[in-house]
Amino acid sequence: MTPSPSPAIAPLTAALRSALPGDSVITDPVRLRTYECDGLTHHRAVPGVVALPETAEQVALVVRLCNEHGVPFVARGSGTGLSGGALPREDGVLIVTSKMRRILEIDLPDRRAVVEPGVTNLAITEAVRERGHYYAPDPSSQQVCSIGGNVAENSGGAHCLKYGFTVNHVEACEIVTPDGDLVRLDRMDPGYDLLGAFVGSEGTLGIATKVTVRLSRAPEAVMTVLAAFRSIEEGGRAVSAIIGAGIVPAAIEMMDALAIEAAEAAVACSYPAGAGAVLIVELDGPAAEVEAQFARLRELCSGAFEMRVAADAAERAAVWKGRRSAFAAVGRISPAYIVQDGVVPRTSLPRVLAAIDRLSAEHGIRVANVFHAGDGNLHPLVLFDDAEPGAGERAEVVSGAILDLCVEHGGSITGEHGVGVDKARYMPKMFTGDDLDTMQLVRCAFDPRGLSNPGKVFPTPRLCGEVPGVRKGVHPLVESGEAEQF
Amino acid sequence: MARELLEKTGVTLRDAAAGDAVGGVTPRWVALPETVEEVSAVLRACAEGDLALTPAGGGTKLHWGAPPERCDVLLDLCCLNEVLEHAAGDLVVRVQAGVTMGALAGVLAAEEQELALDAPPEATVGGTLATAACGPRAFRYGAPRDLLIGVTVVLADGTVARSGGKVVKNVAGYDLGKLFTGSYGTLGVIAEAAFRLHPLPPDRRWLVVHDAAPPRELAALLAASQAEPGAVELERPGPGAPVTMAALVEGTAAEERARALRDAVGAGEVSPEPPAWWDAPPYEEVLVEARFVPGALDGVLEAADAHALRLRGSPVSGRLRLSPAGQITEERLAAAVAALRERAHAAVVLAAPYEGVDRWGPVGALPLMRRVKQQFDPGRRMSPGRFAGGI
Repeated sequence: MTPSPSPAIAPLTAALRSALPGDSVITDPVRLRTYECDGLTHHRAVPGVVALPETAEQVALVVRLCNEHGVPFVARGSGTGLSGGALPREDGVLIVTSKMRRILEIDLPDRRAVVEPGVTNLAITEAVRERGHYYAPDPSSQQVCSIGGNVAENSGGAHCLKYGFTVNHVEACEIVTPDGDLVRLDRMDPGYDLLGAFVGSEGTLGIATKVTVRLSRAPEAVMTVLAAFRSIEEGGRAVSAIIGAGIVPAAIEMMDALAIEAAEAAVACSYPAGAGAVLIVELDGPAAEVEAQFARLRELCSGAFEMRVAADAAERAAVWKGRRSAFAAVGRISPAYIVQDGVVPRTSLPRVLAAIDRLSAEHGIRVANVFHAGDGNLHPLVLFDDAEPGAGERAEVVSGAILDLCVEHGGSITGEHGVGVDKARYMPKMFTGDDLDTMQLVRCAFDPRGLSNPGKVFPTPRLCGEVPGVRKGVHPLVESGEAEQF
Repeated sequence: MARELLEKTGVTLRDAAAGDAVGGVTPRWVALPETVEEVSAVLRACAEGDLALTPAGGGTKLHWGAPPERCDVLLDLCCLNEVLEHAAGDLVVRVQAGVTMGALAGVLAAEEQELALDAPPEATVGGTLATAACGPRAFRYGAPRDLLIGVTVVLADGTVARSGGKVVKNVAGYDLGKLFTGSYGTLGVIAEAAFRLHPLPPDRRWLVVHDAAPPRELAALLAASQAEPGAVELERPGPGAPVTMAALVEGTAAEERARALRDAVGAGEVSPEPPAWWDAPPYEEVLVEARFVPGALDGVLEAADAHALRLRGSPVSGRLRLSPAGQITEERLAAAVAALRERAHAAVVLAAPYEGVDRWGPVGALPLMRRVKQQFDPGRRMSPGRFAGGI
C-alpha cells in the first residue's frame, strides 16, 4: 500500500520546475500514469511527480530538493524490472534516467566503457561489437533495459554461468548518494568495497549517474547445441554430467514441455517434436577448447533423442529464439501468469522440479518451467486464468510454496530479478532478523533518512541513529505501521 | 576484570607474548575460539569490557595495514578450521574462516576442483578475504570478492549475521561479503564463507618472454589473445633490469593454445612450469601495491625505476606489487609512493614499518566509509586505526 500524496509534493514540484528545464518535470496525470509500474505490472502507484534529469548534477539537485522537503524518491531506468524495484511512490518523486543515454567513453585497450545510466545494455555491445568486444551480462531484456537498472539489480542473464553478473563487470560508478552528494566508487580505490555493496542494492543506497563497465573480448569460437530429451529427468541428468565432467559452458538453459508448447505457439521455434525437455548448451572460448569440449558434450548428452548444432549466427539465433521468447510466449497459453526467480543448488533440481509438479497437481495450477539449469536458477511460470474466481489466489499460493522449496533446499528467493516490493515479505524466510538488521546498517550509513527507494528489499525498515529516550512521542513511520523501532 | 570477562566465555585464552604483536602492538591476551558461538561470546565480552580486538588467521599478511590504535585481544581463528560442506556437484564449498588455503585446496583437489584464488597455502580463508589479496589468476577469475557467494560475520556486539548463501546466483539482500572483503577486520570478524569453485584445469602451460619489450604493448597483445590466458604477470627484479613477462594458459588444449600465443607475440618459450617468481608470497617488510588501468603501465614502470623499486604483478589486471631492492628510509618510501600515486589510480602501502607514511593515499568515498564504520563498530573496538582514513 502506498501512502497518498503528501502535502510536501506541491512545494517540491515548484522547486523542481525552477531548477530543471521545462520538459524535465512531469505533473500531468495522464503522463504520470505511464510510469505507474515497471515490469511487475500488478503493483501500481502513480508517482507524485516525475523528474527527467539530463545530467548527474541535475540528479543530485533533485535528490537534494527531496531531502529539503523530506520527500522520498525512486529511480527508474527503462522500467523492465520484474520485482517492482522501480514502483513509484504516490508521495514521492520518480527520477527517470531516460534522458541520460550517452556513451561517454570507449577505451578498448583498457577494455572499459563509461556510460550514462540510461544507456541500454545492448547499446554497449553494439558500440564495440565490430571491434571484437562485447559487454558480457545479458539479461533477456537487454535490448531495452538500462545499465543503471542493471547496476541497481545486479542483473544476470543466461551467460552469467561462466562470466558472472553485473557486479563482476562494473569497474566504477559515479553515484548520487541519498543525501544528494556526487561520489565516485571505484574498484581500484583503497578502503571498503562500497561499489560491491552498491551494485545490487536496488536503488536503496543512491542512484548511479555514470557507470564504468568492463568490456570483454568476443570469444574465438561459439558453439550452440540444442538437445531434446523425452523427459525433464533425462535432461537434468545430462546437466549434472556436463558439470561433473568439469565443463563450464557459457550457458545451459532448459525448458519443459509446457514452456516449449508456449514458445511454439508464439514464435514457431520448431524444437524437436515430442520433447519433454530441451536443453540449450552454449560453449565458447578458444577454438581448440570448444572443439574438445563439444566432443565430450556429445557423449554426455547421449540420452538426447535429437541434437542440433547451430552452424552459424542465424541458426544460433533460431535455437535461442524459443528460449528468449518464453516469458512472453506463455501469454499464448494462459491469460495470466506469475514469474518466479528462485534458485536451488543445481543438484537439487530434480527433487525441486518433482515437488513443483506435485504442487501444480494439488492446486490445479499449471506451471511451465524455464530455467538457467547450470546455476539452478528457476523461472517457473505459474499460469492461471484471472477471470476464474480464486485462481489468482491459488497461483499465489503455488508461487509462494515454490519459494519455500527453494529456501528449504538451501537456495535463494531471487537469482536475478531482485527483491523489490514483490519478495520483501519472503526475506524473513531466508534471513534472520539479525541478518536483515545487519544489512540495514549499510542502509543507515548511506541513507539515514530512508528516502532512497523506501519500502523495497526489506520487509521492515530500520530506523537509523535513533537515540533511545530522546524522541518524544512515536515516530511517524512507527505510527503509520511502516516501521518498527529497533 | 577484563580477563574475568573473557574467561567467563569459556573460550581458550592465553597471555600474549611478543610474537603475537600486530604491527608492533602487543595484545594482552590471545583468544582461540573453536565455534562461531565462541567468536560471538568473545566479542560480547570485549563489548562489555571495551576491549579492542584484532582477528588473525595464518599471519601471512598480519603486517599489512597500519598498526592498531589499541589491541587488547588477538582473536586467533586457527581453531575455526572446518570445511563445513563441499557440494562438489554444485561447485560450491562452505568453510570456516580459519581453514588454510592449502588445506582447502587439498580437500577440493580430491574432487578435481579448486577455489581459483592464488594465496599462500598457510594463509587462511578469513585472512585472504579480509585483505582482499589478489594473485595472478584474478585476471580470469576475479578477486576474492568475485568468488565469495556467502558469508557469516560476527559484529562488534557479538551479533552473528549472514548474507548471500550457498548458491552462486543470488541477489536477495545486501552483499555483506563484498563489504567485509578487504575491510582488514575493522567491521567485524569473518567467521564462515561460501565460495564458487571451478574444475581443476586438466592442463597448464606458461609462455615466458624474457626481455619483454615494450611491456605495455606486449601485455595488451597477450591479454587480447584468443588463446585466453588466465593470467599475465611481469617481473622486474630491480631498477633498470629487463622485464620478464609470463602468461598462463590453462584448461583444455593448453599446449596448443600456449604455442598459438607464442606465435602471436613472436617470442618466448612454452613451459609446463611457472617461472620462479610467479605468485611468490608477499612477505616483504615494505610492500606497495599500485592499481591502475593497463594503459598506465609505462608511467608506473618509470616511477618504479626512478625510485629503485623492484616489482611483479599483473600488467593486464593493473595490479603490481613493488618493494625496495634493499633498505629504504621513510622519506624515500614516501617519495616513491607519491610518484606512483601520480601515475597510477592508487598506490597502497600494504606493509611498512613506518608510522608516518600515508599508507592509503586519497580515498574518494571516505566520508561514506566512516559512516559505515560508525554503524558497524561505533565503539571502535574492531582493529581500530588499521584501515584507510584511520578507520
